[in-house]
Amino acid sequence: MSDDRPAVTITLDGVDVQVESGQALIEAAQKAGTYIPRFCYHPRLKAAGVCRACLVEVEGPRGTALVPSCTTPVGDGMVVHTKSDTAKKAQEGVLEFLLVNHPLDCPVCDKGGECPLQDQAFAFGAGETRYVEEKRHYEKPIPISDLILMDRERCILCSRCTRFSDEISGDPLIDFKDRGNYVQVITFPDEPFASYFSGNTVQICPVGALTAKPYRFKARPWDIEAVESVSLVDAVHSKISVQTSHNEIIRLYGVDNDATNHGWLSDKDRFVNDHVHSEDRITTPLIKEDGEFREATWAEAISLTAERLGSFDGPKVAGVGGARSTNEDAYSFAKFLRSVVGTPHLDAQLGDGLDPSFAAAVTPRAEINDLESAKTILLWGPDLKEELPVLYLRVRRAVTELGANLVIVHPRRTGLDDVAAHTIRYKPGTGPDVLRKLAAGDGEYAEARSALGFGPVVALVGRTGLAENPDLAEAVAAFSLELPDAKVLPLLRRGNVFGALDMGVAPTLLPGRVSVDDAAGRTALEEHWGSVADGPGLDTGGILEGLAAGDLDALVLNGADPVRDFPLPSTAVAGLDAAQFIVAFEMFMSDSAAYADVILPVAGLGEIEGTATNIEGRIQKINQIIPSAGMSRPVWSIFEDLALALGAEHGAASAGAISEEIAAVAPAYGGIAWDQLSWGAGRDGIVLPGPDGAQPLEHAPSDKGVPATSGHRVLHTARVLYDDGVMVRHSSGIAGLASQGAAHLHPRDASVLAVTEGDEVEIRGDGEVRLPVVIDPSLAEGTVYVPFNLARTAGLGAAAEVRLDAVRGGDA
Amino acid sequence: MTTSILLDRMVAHPSDSHTLARYVDTGGYETLKKALNSMKPEEITAEVKASNIRGRGGASFPTGVKWGFLPPDTRPRYLVVNGDESEPGTFKDRMLLERDPHQLVEGIIISAYALDVHHAFVYIRGEYPKPARRLQRAIDEAYEAGYLGGDILGSGFDLDVTVHLGGGAYICGEETALLSSLEGRRGEPRIKPPFPAVEGLYAKPTIVNNVETISNIPWIVANGGAKYAAIGPETSSGTRVMSLSGHVKNPGDYEVVAGLSWKELIYDIGGGIRDDNKLKAWVPGGASAPWFVPDEHLNTPVTIDDIAKNGSMIGSGAVIVMDETTNVVGAAHRLVRFFSHESCGQCTPCREGTTWLERILARILDGYGRPEDIGLLLDVCDNISPGLAWPPAMTTICPLGPSATAPVVSMMKYFRDEVEAMVSPPPSGGDVAGGDRGGEVQFEAGGTSNV
Repeated sequence: MSDDRPAVTITLDGVDVQVESGQALIEAAQKAGTYIPRFCYHPRLKAAGVCRACLVEVEGPRGTALVPSCTTPVGDGMVVHTKSDTAKKAQEGVLEFLLVNHPLDCPVCDKGGECPLQDQAFAFGAGETRYVEEKRHYEKPIPISDLILMDRERCILCSRCTRFSDEISGDPLIDFKDRGNYVQVITFPDEPFASYFSGNTVQICPVGALTAKPYRFKARPWDIEAVESVSLVDAVHSKISVQTSHNEIIRLYGVDNDATNHGWLSDKDRFVNDHVHSEDRITTPLIKEDGEFREATWAEAISLTAERLGSFDGPKVAGVGGARSTNEDAYSFAKFLRSVVGTPHLDAQLGDGLDPSFAAAVTPRAEINDLESAKTILLWGPDLKEELPVLYLRVRRAVTELGANLVIVHPRRTGLDDVAAHTIRYKPGTGPDVLRKLAAGDGEYAEARSALGFGPVVALVGRTGLAENPDLAEAVAAFSLELPDAKVLPLLRRGNVFGALDMGVAPTLLPGRVSVDDAAGRTALEEHWGSVADGPGLDTGGILEGLAAGDLDALVLNGADPVRDFPLPSTAVAGLDAAQFIVAFEMFMSDSAAYADVILPVAGLGEIEGTATNIEGRIQKINQIIPSAGMSRPVWSIFEDLALALGAEHGAASAGAISEEIAAVAPAYGGIAWDQLSWGAGRDGIVLPGPDGAQPLEHAPSDKGVPATSGHRVLHTARVLYDDGVMVRHSSGIAGLASQGAAHLHPRDASVLAVTEGDEVEIRGDGEVRLPVVIDPSLAEGTVYVPFNLARTAGLGAAAEVRLDAVRGGDA
Repeated sequence: MTTSILLDRMVAHPSDSHTLARYVDTGGYETLKKALNSMKPEEITAEVKASNIRGRGGASFPTGVKWGFLPPDTRPRYLVVNGDESEPGTFKDRMLLERDPHQLVEGIIISAYALDVHHAFVYIRGEYPKPARRLQRAIDEAYEAGYLGGDILGSGFDLDVTVHLGGGAYICGEETALLSSLEGRRGEPRIKPPFPAVEGLYAKPTIVNNVETISNIPWIVANGGAKYAAIGPETSSGTRVMSLSGHVKNPGDYEVVAGLSWKELIYDIGGGIRDDNKLKAWVPGGASAPWFVPDEHLNTPVTIDDIAKNGSMIGSGAVIVMDETTNVVGAAHRLVRFFSHESCGQCTPCREGTTWLERILARILDGYGRPEDIGLLLDVCDNISPGLAWPPAMTTICPLGPSATAPVVSMMKYFRDEVEAMVSPPPSGGDVAGGDRGGEVQFEAGGTSNV
């Protein structure tokens, strides 16, 4: 970002140093090895210059003056004294001021031991207090949301949290109240700090004022062992520090990097830490007998599963899932099914995604950092705030800080509408028509179209909802690529779905972005795998229908819950019900796992190591820090045992060994070794090559001519951040935050049905649900929006059209 | 001392000096006509520069120079008139707003014409409902008469004026805090640069001038800058409204020409000290100004430069007189408490430091002073305003925090023995020293015009 800034020379405490021009003095000094104390300064926030801890002396034409080094840009010839008597007295003075009203309840403070106030009082403070007056008193911590507590006595009013909420997350639900000695950070009356990003304020709080309920009093910082890893909550793969105490993951922190998350996490990323320690976790293999699960040994479970899977014709077996875990796990899954079982039917997506070749190989593919230089951003896909919240932060920054123009096309209001230059809302099903008009710049779309004429353009393209035809995204991408200097970022949400596709967990792909139709690639793979089942295979929809029709017999569910996640739950239920044998790799009992004959417990967050590939095609390292719970095991090792039991041999003794095999087998992953991902520049991951490099698959998106539906009750259903999925349900911090779900109606539709907010409606689509009504004027008339997979909405599914009836009094 | 620019009308016509009829009857809006009909904007600016008028809000910055800071090509520009007069002892703008609002309105229109401004704002302190009402009525009258709105007097010049009543915070008199408040944000000073002339209201070039400053503009344009400059000493040109309060016999607003002595101001104009008590000290220019004492300063001249040379400032022209009965710790406590109460709370040294000073002073008044409190008070002041110099060095964004050190430093400079007496250990068996906050009660009961 700043590599081409010219260097200037400043004199720092008597020594001439070369620094980058334009940066803040506090940064320049730090890079030159001089740490200036600071509290309000944070490199990812705009400088506020309020704590005054970073005062230094700068020589000027009218003598030396004390200036805050966080708001003072360096200039050529600047003479700076950070340790002069005056500077040191000022720094000491500020520290004393900060401490006069600080309660010094460090022994019972979560921050104690990792507290910038403690550390800097130690390094820069006077060491004793002269304050004998009464300190400021407030009610000790008050909850300001379901997750966050605020201790106003500890607060030093640095405004990091309020600036984060205002500048970064765009939901300023906390602010200063009163003034002077009484100024305090607090929420607005009756408005909790219900932000999807609230945990970040706890992490950047330089004292123990903001604490997170899930972590409070769990550990002392000096007991913590941590390892760097990435979050598999969504496909952005935010960098995290997995922090443990006594083999328990007690906290997840964001790790700053330029590439993905800038240190920020969504609260879902952050507070899923304890699902791995849930009492509901399956930690022993389970075998179903007479309709009931009983605990079994691994030997028994493996031999039963191998025996049953081996009893069917290879192509009668199918696999679904593989997107929740590492690339190594996904690779083992693909290898086991394609070469040991001998079936082409495997899919990491659950009918809620995109064409695998498009997702894996659209070109040119944008990196997240392309947003930093984008002039125009087209977002035609999911509501990022709900589905890819950290990407939402990056887009928000690109617009509000860097001045990009944002054009959003979506069926309803999204989290970014407030910063968008143009928002186009449409009735689901009419997308192709909207696209044609937008491309032509017709009438109401003329302004948005002309905004798109300014490159570089980054097009964020995905499905706006689960009822939408996935081919629309490709048509949008095709249009986008005609825009000036355009790149496309395909939007898929689920954990490591891009890694799974790259590992060949797709009906049309072999590992390393090789098409199943690519004869040479296939031959090359056969040298390593022996045999590779003929493709292309069935996708998840085809697999579920195949099972229901008796065309398929058995199913390997690898961390997938099609009953909850496949858009047509009735199809999922029929398929699972009809299957002769199902083995499920799971951490928790799920609606789908309940159909299994064998459940194999798998290791999860912090328990596994490997790599994962994110939305940009960036491969990063996942690290282990705790042993697997109970008898649970990494997925790859289970497939290893199953392969052995079926007389084959994968030959992998560890995830690391599999990684080496991937580097040798999968062209796009050629030569990538773990060491590269752990140190130096590779710590931020390596973006896999585009088609000019080793990636053989090319995919130019095409307008597949999606038909518009004509139904007058159109369903828009999409995921929200906190849903009724297994991970949220078993994470104690956020489980309670999932809403029950409602039917959102345009006011005129509500009046046609003679219902108002709070009344109930019955909706019949693939399934049938009763929901309270919420009036939503941002929808097109004739559209009903139902959040997917919440307690009350699960089972409705994502049929394109639904019937709606008011539930009359007494009937509810 | 008989020259009057600003107060003539209200003195001559106390019952209706605020009405349009009286204003026009006494020659009002004639200067506007002259300006719009026969003067170019830059000619007006030239007159203002030639007048050498310096801002009456407190900083005494030359108005013409400030106007010259506007970047030439950025539009819109705004004019904001600062009527947030909240400094203890200052009550001159209140009178100008209440008694002669059209004089200000005419000044605004002429200034706006000179600055190519088409929307001006007047920010009035929240505790001034009557002045705000009077001004709003004057503005309404001006709209009706065609002095405001579109195509003013057929000149093609358009101007709207908006009156904004503050929420009761002294800090909003600081120009950048005022702009934030006007924008609907918390009234917190902004880091300068950028200065308002470059990036002010709504991030556009903005001139912020005091009510009194702008009220002078009609006279300057009518009579010429040179004539204004000829009044009084060169660097304190024109007249100035001084607010006299405290222990004088005749508190009030007086329009004076700079150059008279403090003795003349306090004794001849103010009528001397109440009960013919002895003069102990006075605040020469608002609560943030270091104090003056009779031995050193009574015969020095009242000019911007002479006051500065003697280590204080003329500020907003508020003179608070303290007689021999004044408990200096009580007086300092009262002033420090004001700043502590009015600190916006952004900057640590101001938020924590002013409150700490206030608490130490309160403790001394309550009889629990310790000898080490003298050094502590001065060192806390030093940590807010390093070096305790004048003009003050700052550890903060705005001068409010450093202002709070002025009374403490003044008290120590001139009356250290009195403070020492209050913090000495009590003689055995005797009462604790001090133990009397009586002075403070008196301050509170007196209100602004009778500290």
